[in-house]
Amino acid sequence: MTGDELWLDREAGPVVRPYAVTRGRTRPPGMAVGLIDVVVSAGRHSAQARGLGPEHRLLLGMCGAPMALADLASEADLPLGVVRVLVGDLQERGLVTVVASAGGSQDEQVLRSVLDGLRAL
Amino acid sequence: MVYGRSERPTGLAPPPVVTKILVAGGFGVGKTTLVGSISEVRPLRTEEDLSELGIGVDDTTSVEHKRTTTVAMDFGRITFPSGAVLYLFGTPGQERFWFMWDELAFGALAAVVLADTRRLGDCFSSIDYFERRDTPFVVAANQFDGSPVYDSADIRDALDVDSDVPVLACDARRRESVKEVLIASVAHALTRHQAGARR
Repeated sequence: MTGDELWLDREAGPVVRPYAVTRGRTRPPGMAVGLIDVVVSAGRHSAQARGLGPEHRLLLGMCGAPMALADLASEADLPLGVVRVLVGDLQERGLVTVVASAGGSQDEQVLRSVLDGLRAL
Repeated sequence: MVYGRSERPTGLAPPPVVTKILVAGGFGVGKTTLVGSISEVRPLRTEEDLSELGIGVDDTTSVEHKRTTTVAMDFGRITFPSGAVLYLFGTPGQERFWFMWDELAFGALAAVVLADTRRLGDCFSSIDYFERRDTPFVVAANQFDGSPVYDSADIRDALDVDSDVPVLACDARRRESVKEVLIASVAHALTRHQAGARR
């Protein structure tokens, strides 16, 4: 990194330091959710949601329909690492479930389905 | 702020097919252009704790007091009629962001190494990375206006990639061209997978 790089406005980052909303935690409470793992609200409410912060509630509201972690971070305009910690909290409380994404280059069916999809574009 | 309702039965839904392809290459080679030609591009930023992630990877000598670093990336999403979803992630170009690559590459179907024939050396590190990780990849030489046109064999020789790695020319601004590159990358992953299964 060059020392004379200038970060202005958005580039300089938010006014609230990013990990303030996670109370300083940079790691989720359980297993880390993958970049394209799909998060979906478990449909529970009230009791388990007590004590959640506004960002928790924002994310919970967004994953009423299944949402990949990267989409959540992009649409909530929060850093990925922060969203991962917050989603971990929601998961721990049973408010969301996380479905791991498909098996990558080792899964022939997945490869075929993406190939067919691309060819039909 | 309106919060959506979150009551929705989800227990019966089949697991979604959600996949990703990485788009790597040097700074300014056209990764964002490529992603934007075939999907809507959206911003993604991460704020990573260097003290945990960057040890031995990030050169922090000039940023001793900075504990976190911001990485801004772009990504795109293609949803197929079948419901399957393909994400395209452009890898952050600068070497100080290497620590992001493992996460991006984990579980990826394939990778595209975008090359600029005027600065081929810029994509060596991407090629090394995918070779070491055994991630199937193709090399796509982005044709810039006024840049010399080489044939694929010459580019392959210059990059010294394995003979089975597809090398093709592309125009990252053209959707059809990008589509061909993505098809080549997944087809290559499938061929490799099948060859591996036969062994």
